[in-house]
Amino acid sequence: MPNTNSNSYTFIYASVLTLMVAVALAAAATGLKPIQQQAIDLDKKRSILNAVATFSDKNQILKEYAEKVTEVVIDKQGNEVQGAKAFDLVLKKEFKKPDAERKLPLYVYNSPEGKKYIVPMHGAGLWDEIWGYVALDEDMNTIKGTSFDHKGETPGLGAEINQPWFKTQFQGKQLSDAGVFKLDIIKGKGADPNNKFQVDGISGATITGDGVNAMMQKSFESYKPYFERIKSAAKQPEQPVTHPPSSTEEQTQEGGE
Amino acid sequence: MSQATESTAVAQQQNKEALFSPKNRRLVTDPLTDNNPITIQVLGLCSALAVTTQVKPALIMAICVTVVTAFANLIISLIRNGIPNRIRMIVQLVVIATLVVLVDQVLRAVVYDVSKQLSVFIGLIITNCIVMGRLEAFAMGNKPWPSFLDGIGNGLGYGVILVMVAVLREVFGAGTLLGFKVIPQFIYDAGYTNNGVMVTPAAAMFIIGIIIWIQRARNPKLVDIS
Repeated sequence: MPNTNSNSYTFIYASVLTLMVAVALAAAATGLKPIQQQAIDLDKKRSILNAVATFSDKNQILKEYAEKVTEVVIDKQGNEVQGAKAFDLVLKKEFKKPDAERKLPLYVYNSPEGKKYIVPMHGAGLWDEIWGYVALDEDMNTIKGTSFDHKGETPGLGAEINQPWFKTQFQGKQLSDAGVFKLDIIKGKGADPNNKFQVDGISGATITGDGVNAMMQKSFESYKPYFERIKSAAKQPEQPVTHPPSSTEEQTQEGGE
Repeated sequence: MSQATESTAVAQQQNKEALFSPKNRRLVTDPLTDNNPITIQVLGLCSALAVTTQVKPALIMAICVTVVTAFANLIISLIRNGIPNRIRMIVQLVVIATLVVLVDQVLRAVVYDVSKQLSVFIGLIITNCIVMGRLEAFAMGNKPWPSFLDGIGNGLGYGVILVMVAVLREVFGAGTLLGFKVIPQFIYDAGYTNNGVMVTPAAAMFIIGIIIWIQRARNPKLVDIS
């Protein structure tokens, strides 16, 4: 054993150790990357679908997503943009871009009962990012379902936003009244169940609740031009009787008013 | 040559006999009770307060810490004679940090949702005093196998307290256990509400304090009179 206290030994030891650790970590990170990416993609698809219904089985999620979800990319004015893949867009980065360059992803779930518009959201909680999806009915205002997630909210407090009790209470509530955002996550419990614009917050996590509220409003404002365009487009072709009458159409009419 | 194989065989046999000798077994069982890292050594408290609101993250955390302490102890014990004394703490930290990053990467690939839930706390295993405490106190001066057992014992000792606290906090704070409802609805109807303090870290402090109290009341030898 050489003199373990000499300077040269210490230097060589530190260098070799660092090199070995670097190689080991790089190998692990690269080796696990494809599996992690798969897990992340699956998780994203699961959160998108969970805004509409609950799926847990991996293959079911992939199948459901491939068959029923259409990806749309829109710009700030509400026009559809071609040549970009909605799934690969990162909302956080898009929100930071200037209005003209911003591309927003939108997921349309084609169910037998009609289209559901799944709007992605991104905002700030207490400690770190929060994000989620809100599924809207054909009137583009009534909430069909939500899914939320977070990066580092406090377990048991802010982290509750991804729990079923929190997300299900949004069902049937409405985002806005006459084009003005009105949904409110109140402080703590005690929301009036008959109020279409009120849901319970989480006791002890008011800031996270406010963050959820703010990101819903932000997404609402960002996607409003597109929804208004669809609504006005849907009203015009009502007169010619080219479309076969179906239950879907009736719902559109009702919602459009 | 036959002699050589014979002697290694004998050595192996001796080794095997020693694997679970009473002394080695105590390395695993002592930290569970009379030398518990949390209640007796009072180490690793910060994460015990942070990740114990629910049982599932606490369980995963306990497993991760056990893996890290066990392998950090093993690795440091293997290279203990070659570590330059002046940078030994840094070497220990490098080993711990590497293991923690590996655990984090594996969690992300295998159980992505749990890894999301634990978020920063996995990374913070690096700063858990138990890991480094065991390296300094045990692995630097003992052979690899006992060190490995010591790591497992201390990881489990940490885990036992973590799970105990998490069970109490989840049941009384949220009325659930591992996500399943355990407090029946009629009790809520009778006016019972979940205890709001239980979801805050302060409750973990009280529970750990009470555990320490009970443990020392039952075994006066543990009381530090100084």
